[in-house]
Amino acid sequence: MLEVIIIGSIKVIAVVSVLMGGCAYATYLERKLVAFMQHRIGPLYAGPWGLLQPIADSVKLMFKEDVVPDKVERVAFTLAPMLGFIPALLVFAVVPFSSNFTMFGYEIKGVISDLNIGVLFVFAIVSLGAYGLILAGWSSGSKYSLLGGIRGTAQMVSYELSYGLSIVGVIIIGSTLSMTELVEQQSSILDWYIWKQPLGFLLYITCAVAETNRCPFDMPEAEGELVAGYHTEYSSMRFATFFVSEYAYMIAVSAVATTLFFGGWQGPLLPPIVWFCIKVFAFMVLYIWLRATLPRFRYDQLMGFGWKVLFPLAIINTMATGFWVIWMDGIN
Amino acid sequence: MSFDTVIFIISALVAVFGATMMIVQRNPVASVLYLILSLVAQAVCYVQLSAVFMGAILIVVYAGAILVLFLFVIMLLNLRGTEELGESPNAVGRFTKYLVAILLTIELVFIVKTATIPAAVTGIMNEAVDEFGSVSQVAKLMFTDFLYVFELTGVLLLVAVVGAVVLAKTERNESHSLAQDEEGADLRESAGK
Repeated sequence: MLEVIIIGSIKVIAVVSVLMGGCAYATYLERKLVAFMQHRIGPLYAGPWGLLQPIADSVKLMFKEDVVPDKVERVAFTLAPMLGFIPALLVFAVVPFSSNFTMFGYEIKGVISDLNIGVLFVFAIVSLGAYGLILAGWSSGSKYSLLGGIRGTAQMVSYELSYGLSIVGVIIIGSTLSMTELVEQQSSILDWYIWKQPLGFLLYITCAVAETNRCPFDMPEAEGELVAGYHTEYSSMRFATFFVSEYAYMIAVSAVATTLFFGGWQGPLLPPIVWFCIKVFAFMVLYIWLRATLPRFRYDQLMGFGWKVLFPLAIINTMATGFWVIWMDGIN
Repeated sequence: MSFDTVIFIISALVAVFGATMMIVQRNPVASVLYLILSLVAQAVCYVQLSAVFMGAILIVVYAGAILVLFLFVIMLLNLRGTEELGESPNAVGRFTKYLVAILLTIELVFIVKTATIPAAVTGIMNEAVDEFGSVSQVAKLMFTDFLYVFELTGVLLLVAVVGAVVLAKTERNESHSLAQDEEGADLRESAGK
């Protein structure tokens, strides 16, 4: 019993530390990559190639004055950044990051918790992510924040449906909800679910971008119209929490995409955990690439696209997969 | 006391605490937040009863979607706590309030004290397989024994959806707003406040 608790705690601490480091350096990656795509240099002065920039940023944010405007609803205003941040971390509880390995004589599983409803757990947690945004928008007592919060909530609730349905195809074919088993089914590159569920993957990645409020779906913080959207009134570490949770969400949905469609930690030669990191990194680059390439949607286009294009496609994909599985069963 | 019991006691206490605080609060947003807390604790209880699927669905549907919409509506109406809610108007109203509360409590205690679990239910509980409450078990029951009920619920939901669309459409035609869609109209409205 004690062993289980200690090993679990160590795993949790390790995953969270790596994730926090990953978030910090995701900002660096974003700034460098976007700079490269726009023929700029990007962060340069802090350390070699600007590598210490994330550390300088976080120190700066910590020492900034924590401004709390007069008209805010204090409790919700304080809770909102945390409520936004916690779900992003919780997703990693069920994402398998490695195969089982032995360390110091202990057989250790490559996942914090091997839930048999892992995929459902991810849905449940991601659906809680809207609260940080909506409470921040409401409690700030500012028009821009409120508009950002309303937009963000409507967007997240709308895209959540297609987000959930896009994975159903994989679940039907794999006939399991356990993330670990889904990874084990994709042992060779030909078994990756992206080949069996190409439409499902496209839907997933589109909805994931919308769920994380990233460009081209970053309506809640559209700076041209809403100053900074739902976190307009936030400063110092409260703002930093929102900022970090956005990146943590990006890494989380990338990790889930890797697990469901790209074989998770499976890969030749290199250790499993390295393969996992490479795949997640590739998704992060894709995210940033999208941001540097695409202009922002207009709000009504965004809602129309979600409900009239993505949602019907997701339903068609689910039904087609179901028919296909039954048909294949009939042949065998 | 086993680990499971400890978890059950904690989550049950949190669930009851959340539900109580939800009623007591004056601020509607705080009420919603306490309701979420209560729902999450209830989900933990479901998982303890090995009804894993129910627990997950409780979070996805209620905590994740319906309560978000509650908050959304509260935000749109811009309810900010105490000023909209007054005291009960008169002594009769106050008296009725307490009377009903006491009667309901007595009734509840009576029901809990005299309730017996029917034999059919205990039979099912004893036969419950290892996989009881898992996704595949729930799905099997839903698509075999309870197929008609399941389909009828689907029809009911469809009717609700059609009704919502009809209501939203009439409103738009009447107001002749320039809004492209309902969301746009909502946004304009709240921007005007």
